[in-house]
Amino acid sequence: MIKLEGVSKTYPSGANAALQDITLEIEKGEFVFLVGSSGSGKSTLLRLMLKEERPTTGTIFVAGKDLNRLPSWKLPALRRGIGTVFQDFRLLPNKTVEQNIAFALEVIGRPRSHVKKVVPEVIELVGLEGKEKRYPDELAGGEQQRVAVARAFVNRPPLLLADEPTGNLDPTTSVGIMKLLDRINRTGTTVVMATHDSNIVDQMRKRVIQLHHGEMVRDQARGVYGYLT
Amino acid sequence: MRLGFVAEEIRVGFRRNFTMTIAVIVTIAASLSLFGAGLMVREQVSTMKDYWYDKVQLSIFLCGDNSQVPSCSGGAVTPEQRRAIRQDLLDQAPLVDAVYYESKRDAYKRFVKQFENSAIVQNVSPDALPESFRVKLSDPSQYAVIQSQFAGRPGVEQVQDQRKLLDKFFKLLNGLQTVALGIALAMLLVTVLLVVNTMRVAAFSRRREIGIMRLVGASNWYVRLPFIAEAAVSAFLGASLSAGVLAAIKHFGIDQRLAPSYQFTNFIGWDAIWRIIPFVYAVGVGIAITSSALSLRRYLRV
Repeated sequence: MIKLEGVSKTYPSGANAALQDITLEIEKGEFVFLVGSSGSGKSTLLRLMLKEERPTTGTIFVAGKDLNRLPSWKLPALRRGIGTVFQDFRLLPNKTVEQNIAFALEVIGRPRSHVKKVVPEVIELVGLEGKEKRYPDELAGGEQQRVAVARAFVNRPPLLLADEPTGNLDPTTSVGIMKLLDRINRTGTTVVMATHDSNIVDQMRKRVIQLHHGEMVRDQARGVYGYLT
Repeated sequence: MRLGFVAEEIRVGFRRNFTMTIAVIVTIAASLSLFGAGLMVREQVSTMKDYWYDKVQLSIFLCGDNSQVPSCSGGAVTPEQRRAIRQDLLDQAPLVDAVYYESKRDAYKRFVKQFENSAIVQNVSPDALPESFRVKLSDPSQYAVIQSQFAGRPGVEQVQDQRKLLDKFFKLLNGLQTVALGIALAMLLVTVLLVVNTMRVAAFSRRREIGIMRLVGASNWYVRLPFIAEAAVSAFLGASLSAGVLAAIKHFGIDQRLAPSYQFTNFIGWDAIWRIIPFVYAVGVGIAITSSALSLRRYLRV
């Protein structure tokens, strides 16, 4: 699903490299935690996978495509196959729950009939039945994040990238979101989640990739958060 | 492409950016009105040219009893001279298309008719106006050929290219047209800058939506089309206003004012207006689409 070969990223202004010589491979259907303290390069890694940024050196393959060679007009097609969830939810405040989710389908030109069919399905999947007409500011944080997950997953992407999805949530709510991501993973979707929530990582017992100052210091199947940070 | 969705985005964009949109519409309307007015003046010049060049061409005035020029030293033109001049003119075919003879009496009649409301008629006797040949050329610009051949010939008082009299007037109209088109050009430049700026503000005010569209893989056109369509719709509304202005100029200015007061000439008809208006629409909408597309390339990189 994802393959990185010798990937480094240096920002023009930064003295230290954001990522140094990362080589890793993520198989289809895996659930992977990216852990590390703030500034360790987790977000940069996710942004590289989305081709929001280009690596300084090295090659990245996502869904069999070499991102360095992907022409910009094919970028939308790549991103349609990747769902994204962020710490700050990124919902549109002037749209209701179902409108927020439908937006992701409308802007890629899905027909109305398709939108009408799949939006209720995904609302049910994330457990927000009865709240379709609510606006984001009428929802609790965990519910807003469920909307964001629903929007990321409504197009059934084979890959879901989550950047600290529980960062703004309390522990109980976080567990709910993790259960949701786990359920999505069980449908065959590859999930890569950046986090520094040690409880969650320890409970889930999934593969853990740890970054420290831009270097990969650990890649462990069924790992725990660990002691380095 | 979901047209309903795009239409809704345009509507939201209009509401959100109301003042800027109004500014764009008004600027486009003003610049296109000037542009259209310039085109109307041009049409007017060409209609008048067609009309007048067809009527007045070259006049060869013949000597009368009191002519002062050297070629008239032999007194009034004799019938032989007159016949010879006519024959030589006819020999110049095909350059000479037609030759009309205007006698003193014909000239007087025309004069009386032209100035029927003026006191000047009482001061002119039927004898005072010269007889002449009116010559129609197949190519009016070849005037000099005839001029060199007949000027100074005994019995010919003067060879006059009447187009020269009109040319002054046409020059004035051409000047007006240049000024109108020049101002229109400056205004269109302002329009481009305004559209570019409006697009930047619009893109900024919708940056959340755009960010999400990019993330979920909306194609470039899906992201840009609402903006471009918004600019195109503004331009269309502006062009409609200017079409109204042009039609008003034609109806109130030309048909109701100029035409009754200046009956000696003709004015552009509605056919010219119908030719200009689609052009005005095309220029307005074209400029809006191009400038918005170009500015969005800068502000909406994927």
